[in-house]
Order: sequence, then C-alpha cells, then structure tokens
Amino acid sequence: MMRAVSAAETVATTHPWAVHAEGLRVRAGRHLAVDGLDLALGAGVYGLLGPNGAGKTTLMRALATVTNPAGGRLALLGHPVDGRSDLRLVRRQLGYLPQHFGFYPRFTVREFVGYMAWLKEMPKAGLAAAVQRAIDRVGLTAKADARMKTLSGGMLRRAGIAQAIVNDPRLLLLDEPTVGLDPEQRLDFRELVRDLGTDTCVLVSTHLVEDVAAACTEVVLVNEGRLVWQGTAADLSGQGDPNHAGDSAAERGYSAVLRRHRAEAVR
Amino acid sequence: MTRHPTLTVIDRYATADPGLDEATVWSVEVHLEDCADCRARLAGSTTPQSRALIDRVATGLDREISAGPVPAGRARQLRYRWMTVVLLPWLVMTGAVLGCAALLTILETGLPSLVLLLAPVAPLPGVAAAWSRRTDPCWELIAGTPAAGLTMVLRRTVAALVLVIPALAAVGAGTGASLALMLLPCLAFTVATLLLGTLVGVRRAAVGLAASWTLAVVLPSLATARLPVLLQADSAGLWALTTVLLAGWATTRAGSFRRLSNSN
Repeated sequence: MMRAVSAAETVATTHPWAVHAEGLRVRAGRHLAVDGLDLALGAGVYGLLGPNGAGKTTLMRALATVTNPAGGRLALLGHPVDGRSDLRLVRRQLGYLPQHFGFYPRFTVREFVGYMAWLKEMPKAGLAAAVQRAIDRVGLTAKADARMKTLSGGMLRRAGIAQAIVNDPRLLLLDEPTVGLDPEQRLDFRELVRDLGTDTCVLVSTHLVEDVAAACTEVVLVNEGRLVWQGTAADLSGQGDPNHAGDSAAERGYSAVLRRHRAEAVR
Repeated sequence: MTRHPTLTVIDRYATADPGLDEATVWSVEVHLEDCADCRARLAGSTTPQSRALIDRVATGLDREISAGPVPAGRARQLRYRWMTVVLLPWLVMTGAVLGCAALLTILETGLPSLVLLLAPVAPLPGVAAAWSRRTDPCWELIAGTPAAGLTMVLRRTVAALVLVIPALAAVGAGTGASLALMLLPCLAFTVATLLLGTLVGVRRAAVGLAASWTLAVVLPSLATARLPVLLQADSAGLWALTTVLLAGWATTRAGSFRRLSNSN
C-alpha cells in the first residue's frame, strides 16, 4: 500500500544557516534599533560586539522571537520568523538568556530550570535528568536546591545559562552572560561555550572583547543597527595597529574597525 | 528484526563463557536492550556472583538516593505550572473587594446589590496579570518559549477564574443574588478582555473594560439606586449568547498571543 508523504517528513533537517537575516529591521519602542541588518550564521560560537545602543539587545530579542521584526526577512533554523508564522518548532530548539532576566524569588534553581524546561515543551521522561545535567554543566550542583533569592549575581547568571541550555538548543542566544562572573567562572564559561559551539550556533553578546577573542570562532560587529564587520577573532586582532586604543590586540582591532566605520559614515 | 537468542546462548552469555565469540555477545546485548522476554530469561540464568554484584550496586544506589534531595512534590509542580504565584496578590485583592461589596450590600439595604454590579469585572485583575510584562518578572524568558501563546493565557485565565468564581458564588449566595446573572457577565467580560487584548494588550483591555463598566453601569445604578436592565433576570440569555460569540471570535485571533506585544 502507498502512503502519502507529508511535507513535514521531507523537510531538510539541517540548514545552511541557523540565523539568516536580510535587511532586518526591529523596533525598540518607537526607535528603529536594528535597521537593515544582514547576517548569516552557521554552527559555531559568534561574539556580538558593538558600542552601547548599537542594537545588540534588540537584535537578540528579535532572534529569540520575543519581539516581532518590523521589516526585512528573518529565518531561524530554516523556518521563516515573521508575524504570522507558527513559532513553536523554532522555539523548541532555542535557548535564550536575556540581559536582565527576572525570576520567581521563591523558586529553587532546580524548579526554575525545570519550569523553563517544561515551558520549552521537553518530553516529560527525560526532563528531570536534563535539568540536572544543565545545572551540573554550569557548576551550580551544590546550589541546585537553594532558592533563587539567596543566590549571588554570578550564580543567578549561571542559573540563567542553565535554563538556556537545558533543552540542548540548536540556536543559543546569550546576552551579556559573563556579567558578574569571577575570573575562574569566566574561564569555565568559555570552556562550556566552546564545547556547545561544535554543533550549535551560539551567539554571545558582550562588551568584553577578551571574552570574544578567547572563546569565539567568529566576531560580528554591529553599530547603529547595522552589520559593520564580520570575521574570525584572529582577523579582528589583525585589524588594529599599536596606535589604536586598547590594551590587547583584539581591543585595538575592535576600536580600529569601529573608527574606520565611523569615518566612512561621516563621509 | 533480530531473532531471539537460544536459551543455551543466553546461559553462556550469563556465565561469561569465553567460548562465545565477540560478535555474538554484541548481538545478544543489542537484542537484550529491546526484548523484555529475553531479559527475563537472562535473569533466570544469572550466576551467584552477578547477583551479588547487582545487590551491591542496588544498596549503594539506595544509600545515595536517600542521602540526596527529596524530589519536588506534585503540589509544588502544579502550583508553578498554573502560575498562581503571579496571580495570587491580584486574586487576594479581588476577594477583599468582593467581601467589602457583600458587606455593604447587606448593611445598606437601600442600594442595589454591589456584588452583582461588581461581579462582571471581578476576574479582570487576575486576567490582566495573566499575560503582562509588569506582573510577571520572567516575561522575557517565557515569551520566547514554545508554550507561550493562547494556551498559556487560557491556562492562567482559568486559574484566575477557578479562584474567583467560587468566591463570587459564595458571596452571591450570602446576599441572595442570582447565580447566572453573576457568572455569565463575569465570563463574558473575561472573554471580551482576551479578545480586546489581542488588539491593544490584555492589561489595557482589562483596564478599559473595567473603567467603562464602572462609568456606564455601576455609577449610574448607584446614583439612581436601581439595578440596570442589563443585570435583570431577562438578560441572562443575552449574556450567554454574547459570551459564546466573543469566544468564537477570540479563537480566530489565537495567533496574536504568540508574542508578548509592547502594550501588554
């Protein structure tokens, strides 16, 4: 007997780009914070750099499907993301750590991560084990049953990372993940991100250029809602010379690229 | 499909017979993973040494499990899944207002039943809190999850209603108001809030509807000391019809809840 094959069965399971944006525009309030951004990211760890107000957080929110793009095209993991599309499939494979994330103070870390795992519609059978694994990976095992309100800033950040990775996302968005982490924890974090980046698209938004230089395979530099530069971390270090501002090669490269872009914008 | 290994092979596997070649051991192992019957047969042929080892592992595991944390109870899970954490303050406030209304109705016999007048808007604070940036500290995390959407709004709305409706019924029974006339408008307003919420945000919809009801119906009835036509016995059918129609309309706009808009 013949059986009809549905479109869902034949759809490709791998896509050239985890994130594919063309002329993306996103509003933050009335202001157009992302204005005509073109971006294509595959698997790997990407560092999103840019000055304050460059539209990094707004871009992250749009990629996390929290805000609706105001224009342009955006596809995540091969699925178009706009006002009309069903977002469930994409959202199940997405991990997101917002810049400021709220939490219920009376939840324990395990309950918080478990609640997020449940919201991400993970199968019930492996849920408790996945929660434990995520908590172990961020090094919060000893604090798993402590209430969220008793945690320090760095621990909260790590709990946030745990909820983002609990569903083994294929697209992981981390907005300022290293804020509040001590130097040793930052090293652990870089290790974790490198590990995740082998088969996942990890986009890390940060101000710390040295984090990017150490943990990211590629750097995405945005300014005023547009893509300014994209390339490997080594390329970024090669952009600057000792005359540019900065204490490390990567920092000098960062300021060199930004200054060049601003000079071109003025012209 | 693999064929079941013979009992002799299973016996030899259980006693770790060196005569059994590696490929057979693997195929037996793969088969055992999926076949409960053969596992039962294997259990029958285990050696005392294997049993002693399994017992030792079991005691060790039991000890570690009893030393570890207690698994979260179902009650806590239910509580956080239905999110009464966020809703609770609003529901307490609603209960207090209804209690005061009941007290006033009983004491001030000259006025129309305040409980009946306030019943339609009683669930609105809870509904507004169900899908709002301001009341839910986790909104940014939740808005990006697949569970966010109409189902989540409805689940939280139901959680609010489950607590508000018994309170209304109890207060209504105390003051002798008609149950249908209290509950039907209450449902109609809940659905209307959700529907209007798809356009302007649930919080604004709740505030707008509550304000219009207060201005258009509650205050005039208090001024004239008479119950409005809308809340007299004949209009129950009208309220039921409105509720059904609005609910139908609201389901067609379900997609709007996928994202938490700026106005919520």
